[in-house]
Amino acid sequence: MSSAEMTSVAEAAAVPYTGSRRRKSSSTTRIITYILLIAVSILMLFPFLWLVSSSLKSQLQIFEYPPQWFPYPLLWQNYVDALTFRPFGLYLRNSLTIATLNVIAVVFTSSLCAYGFARIRFWGREFWFGIVIATLLLPSIVTLVPQFIIFSRLGWVDTILPLTVPLFFGGGAFNIFLLRQFFRTIPEELADAARIDGCSEFGIYWRIMLPLSKPALITVGIFTFLAAWNDLIGPLVYLRTPDTYTVAIGLAQFRGAMTTRWDLQMAAAAVMILPVILLFFFAQRYFIRGIVMTGLKG
Amino acid sequence: MTTITEIRKPGVQPQARTGRLTPSQRRNITGYLFISPFILGFLIWFLIPALIALYLSVHDWNMINAPEFVGLQNFQRLTTDPLLPQALKATFLYTIVSVPVGLALSFGLAMLINNEFRGIAIFRTIFYLPSIIPAVASAALWAWIFNTEFGLINVIIRGLGGTKIPWLQAPAWAPIALIIMSLWSVGGSMIIFLAGLQGIPDIYYEAAEIDGAGRWQRLWNITLPLMSPVFFFNLVIGFINSFQVFVAGYLITDGGPVNATLFMVLYIYRTAFRSLNMGYAAALSWLLFFILMGLSFLVFRYLGNRVYYENPGE
Repeated sequence: MSSAEMTSVAEAAAVPYTGSRRRKSSSTTRIITYILLIAVSILMLFPFLWLVSSSLKSQLQIFEYPPQWFPYPLLWQNYVDALTFRPFGLYLRNSLTIATLNVIAVVFTSSLCAYGFARIRFWGREFWFGIVIATLLLPSIVTLVPQFIIFSRLGWVDTILPLTVPLFFGGGAFNIFLLRQFFRTIPEELADAARIDGCSEFGIYWRIMLPLSKPALITVGIFTFLAAWNDLIGPLVYLRTPDTYTVAIGLAQFRGAMTTRWDLQMAAAAVMILPVILLFFFAQRYFIRGIVMTGLKG
Repeated sequence: MTTITEIRKPGVQPQARTGRLTPSQRRNITGYLFISPFILGFLIWFLIPALIALYLSVHDWNMINAPEFVGLQNFQRLTTDPLLPQALKATFLYTIVSVPVGLALSFGLAMLINNEFRGIAIFRTIFYLPSIIPAVASAALWAWIFNTEFGLINVIIRGLGGTKIPWLQAPAWAPIALIIMSLWSVGGSMIIFLAGLQGIPDIYYEAAEIDGAGRWQRLWNITLPLMSPVFFFNLVIGFINSFQVFVAGYLITDGGPVNATLFMVLYIYRTAFRSLNMGYAAALSWLLFFILMGLSFLVFRYLGNRVYYENPGE
C-alpha cells in the first residue's frame, strides 16, 4: 500500500497522520479479510449489475425464470423508449437547472454566513450559531405544509421558485457548519494583513477566504448538487405541470405508469444514476473529505 | 482583546463621537450583515412556518374553504385515529432495526477497510457508492429486486432451493425488505467510522500488544471507547434520518401492504396533500417533532454520559 494513498486518506480525515493503519500480522487473517471484502463487494455490486442487466433485456427476457445475466441481444432500444415515453431529456434539463441554481445559491450564501460566524466577533454570535444547529434538528416535515401554504399564497406553486429561492437564504445549516469549521483553520494573519492594507471584511471574504477555500466550497457544491438531483418530495409537492418535472419526479411517475415494464424502469433509473456515478469518480476526494469534516468535527 | 481592526493610524484613537461608530459596533453590524441571509431565512422559512403550523393545528382547513377554528380537536383526533398507531409502529420498527444494524454493519465494514491492502480504495468505493445513489432510482431498483416472481432475491433463494418470499406483498415482509434496502446505503456512515478509526494512534495498539492484550481485548478497550463519539454521532444522525423515511414507503409499497409501511412522514404527506386536511397534518407534524425531540433528549441524556472523550471538556 503506497504511502501516497495512506496520506491522502489521512488528509481526508483531517487528522494528523499517526500511522494508525493496523498491520495484519498473520496471513490467515489476511485471507479472511480478503474473502470478506470480496463477499461484501459482491453483495454491494449485485444490485448495480442487476440494474444494468435488466435495463437491456426484452420484455420476454425480464419475465423469464431462471433469468439470464447477460441478455442477448443487448436491447439499447430500451433506453431510447424509456427516455422518449416521458420527456426525460426535458426532465434532465429541469433537474440540471434547479441543481445549478441551488449550487450557486448555497455556495455563496452559506460561505457568507460561515465567514460571519467564523471570523467576526459580534454580539450574539454564539446564540445565532446555536440557532443554526437547532435548525438541523427540526424535521423538515413540520415546515413542509406551512411553507406550501406560504408559497401558494405567493402564487409560486407550479414553478421552480420554491425549490430554489429558499436556498439563497443561508443555504442550509449543514453547509454553514461545515464551512465555518473550515474557515477557522485558515490563519488569521492573512486577514490581518489585508485589514492593515485597508481591505473591508467583505473584501477579505471575497478575495482571501473564498479562493483559499476552494476544496471546501467544491465539497459543499457537490453535496448541494446531489441533494437537488435526488430530491423527490420538493418537486412532488410544488411541480404540477409535466413539462417542469425533474428527473426524480419523472422517474416516480414513470413507475406509476409503467408498473410492469421493468426493463424500461431500470433503464430510466440507470439514466438517473449515471451522472451521480460520473460525478463521484471525478470528485471522489471531495466526497470523502466532506463527510469526514462534518462527522469528526461535529 | 485588541484586534487589528482596532488599530488605526498611529496617534488616532478609536472614538465614539455621535455619528462615528466604535469598532465593536462596526463589528457587530458587519457580523450581522454577513449572517443576515441566514437570519432572514430562519425567520421566513422556519419561524413563521412554525407559527403557521401552530395556527393550522388548531384549525380545520382544506385549502378551499376558509380555515375554521376547532380548538384542540385535531389533537384529540391523534388519540382516536386508527391509522396513527400503525404509522408510529411502522416508523418505530423501521428505526429500531435499521439504525443499530446499520451502525454495526458500517462499523464492521470500516474495520474491514481499515487495512493496508493494495487496491483497498476500490473496495472503499464499492461500499460507498450505493449511499449516494438517488433514493428514487434506488427505490425503483429495489422494488424490482424484491419482486416476488422474478426479482433478484427470490431468484437466488429459489436457486438455493428455498421457496420464494412475498417480499412486498406480505405485511410481515415488506418492512424487512425496506430495512434490507437501507442497509445497502451504509457507505456514508462507514466513511465516518473509517476516519475515526484512522485517528486512533497506533501506539495504543502496540502498547496493548506488548502488554499481552488479544485482538478482542484491544477492540473492547481501545477501539470502542475511542470510537464512542463517532458511534454517538452516527446514532443520532441515523435515527433522525430513518424516522423521516419517505421515498421508500412512497415509491415501493405506497404505505402498504395493509399500511405495514405507512411511515409517519408518508402519512403526514397523504393527510396534507391527498386528504387536504391541513389542520390534522399540522398536528401530526408537531407530534412527530415532539417524538424526535424526546428521543434525542433521551439519547443525549442516557447515552451521552457513556461516550468517552479523550479530551474532556472539549
